Amino acid sequence: MDSLFEVAHLSKRFGDNTVVDDLSFSIAPGECLGVIGPNGAGKTTTIRMCLGLTTPDSGTITALGLQMPRDALAIKAQLGVVTQLDTLDPDFNCAENLLVYGRYFGMKDAAIQERIPALLEFASLTSKAKAKPGELSGGMKRRLSLARALVNDPRLLLLDEPTTGLDPQARHLMWERLQLLLQQGKSILLTTHFMDEAERLCSRLLVLDHGKKIAEGAPRDLIAQYLEPDVVEVFGVGALALAKSPLAALAARVEVSGETVFFYTHTATDLLNALGQYPALRTLHRPANLEDLFLKLTGRQIREDA
Amino acid sequence: MQNTSTQNPWRAPRLTLRFWPVFLRNLLVWRKLAIPSLVGNIAEPLMWLVAFGYGMGALVGQITVDGQPVPYILFLASGSICMSAMQAASFEALYSAFSRMHVQKTWDGILNAPVGLDDIVLAEMLWAAFKALFTVTAILGVMLVLQISQSPKLLLAWPILLGVGITFSSMALVFNAMAKGYDFFTYYFTLFLTPTMFLSGVFFPLEQLPPAVRLIADWLPLSHAVALVRPLFMDQWPVNVIGHGSVLLAYAVVSFWVALGLTRKRFGQ
Repeated sequence: MDSLFEVAHLSKRFGDNTVVDDLSFSIAPGECLGVIGPNGAGKTTTIRMCLGLTTPDSGTITALGLQMPRDALAIKAQLGVVTQLDTLDPDFNCAENLLVYGRYFGMKDAAIQERIPALLEFASLTSKAKAKPGELSGGMKRRLSLARALVNDPRLLLLDEPTTGLDPQARHLMWERLQLLLQQGKSILLTTHFMDEAERLCSRLLVLDHGKKIAEGAPRDLIAQYLEPDVVEVFGVGALALAKSPLAALAARVEVSGETVFFYTHTATDLLNALGQYPALRTLHRPANLEDLFLKLTGRQIREDA
Repeated sequence: MQNTSTQNPWRAPRLTLRFWPVFLRNLLVWRKLAIPSLVGNIAEPLMWLVAFGYGMGALVGQITVDGQPVPYILFLASGSICMSAMQAASFEALYSAFSRMHVQKTWDGILNAPVGLDDIVLAEMLWAAFKALFTVTAILGVMLVLQISQSPKLLLAWPILLGVGITFSSMALVFNAMAKGYDFFTYYFTLFLTPTMFLSGVFFPLEQLPPAVRLIADWLPLSHAVALVRPLFMDQWPVNVIGHGSVLLAYAVVSFWVALGLTRKRFGQ
């Protein structure tokens, strides 16, 4: 497999704190690779190193046959980037934002102008061409950032939490657009805190914690590999006592978080029947999902720096 | 946070033509606000000129420069045009550049495109110098209309004033690179630019200063700018052009390099 982007044995320390620790991964053409991990896991630092904005202490980054950071500008000419915080120009309207950004890629004004209508349409912003970012909603701003990242028709997109802070409608529209880009053959590196986003978009996932890769694979495969297929959540007065009751034997694994008991099991039938004896408790039976995987791998504790 | 491995921030500048779209960006924003910005930029210096030039001028009458009597308004005009170049460049390279760098994160957006940090700093430096040139051009126009000086040698004042803009925008970018907030710039304005304004022969001849203060004045870049521009207003050739020019150039080159080094450190590059 010829990879488009390859990171090998990447490490980065800030003082005594190792932020990225011997991280390796690659992105194949047309693939969407998701990077998930708690706050402070090293996701943003990894993206910054991929862009040559932070110098790694060790390791190599190869993109499109070029070396980062030596060929940073040549690599960035073929990348599209959406950062966590919008860096749109507040003094320009949507169309001008695209024009000015295209110029940074050395594109001719005429060539950019030709692309602007399609980019605005892609971002569902055609009617807002003359509006400034200050007049746009959060979702519109993010889509304008995405359109701006596409101005140079990049082969690979680096998206750092592109839907954080958006309402469900805006998030779904963003997902649709990203799926469209994948269908067009673009590759995407995506960091996210939303497990449904990761599951929906990513063909492969990288789970990071404390700068280390702790799991890698297709979302469904990871769930099958690390988790029992069924989860029964039980909550209500007296639920916590069940964790230590004979019912626990009916599950492969039991976890307690707050006031809720999680039973992980291969067959939930016996457990659900037994829970019928406790009509006061509320139960939720569902398939195991990425969120369970994430919490299993990275723990349920809130991080101090989160 | 301390980076354990970064390139040496004091390495040689890597300047390319990629600075141009960044310069154009600033030009495009400014074009939208040119008229109000122009009013702001030239109204104040013109008020100084009119109030001091005509008001004080009536009291002072003639002033002697190099043994030659000169009307006070001409003396003041030739100095204050240099001061305007200094202030326009400083203001742009401090408040406006800081907004783009730190508040709006415009630079971060540009850095995700194939434009290096060195070229962004170069673009900001040249942009602030351009704004200074634009401001002094407008003021020169008014001075011509007021018939303060109509020497054809004024054409030569123009490139010199661009040089003054470059020198002071480079110096201001050093402080831009160190700033945590806008308040920091107050120190630069009150502790450096204001004394510079009074100690560079803008309002009165340097000969008036006590010898110790004169020593400081001789090292201020604005003194050298005034020494180059004032004779042109008097329809004469400046003396020691290479000496004065070298001082301005040295300030510009050293400041730009320091600004670049500090900005690279700030961005962890």
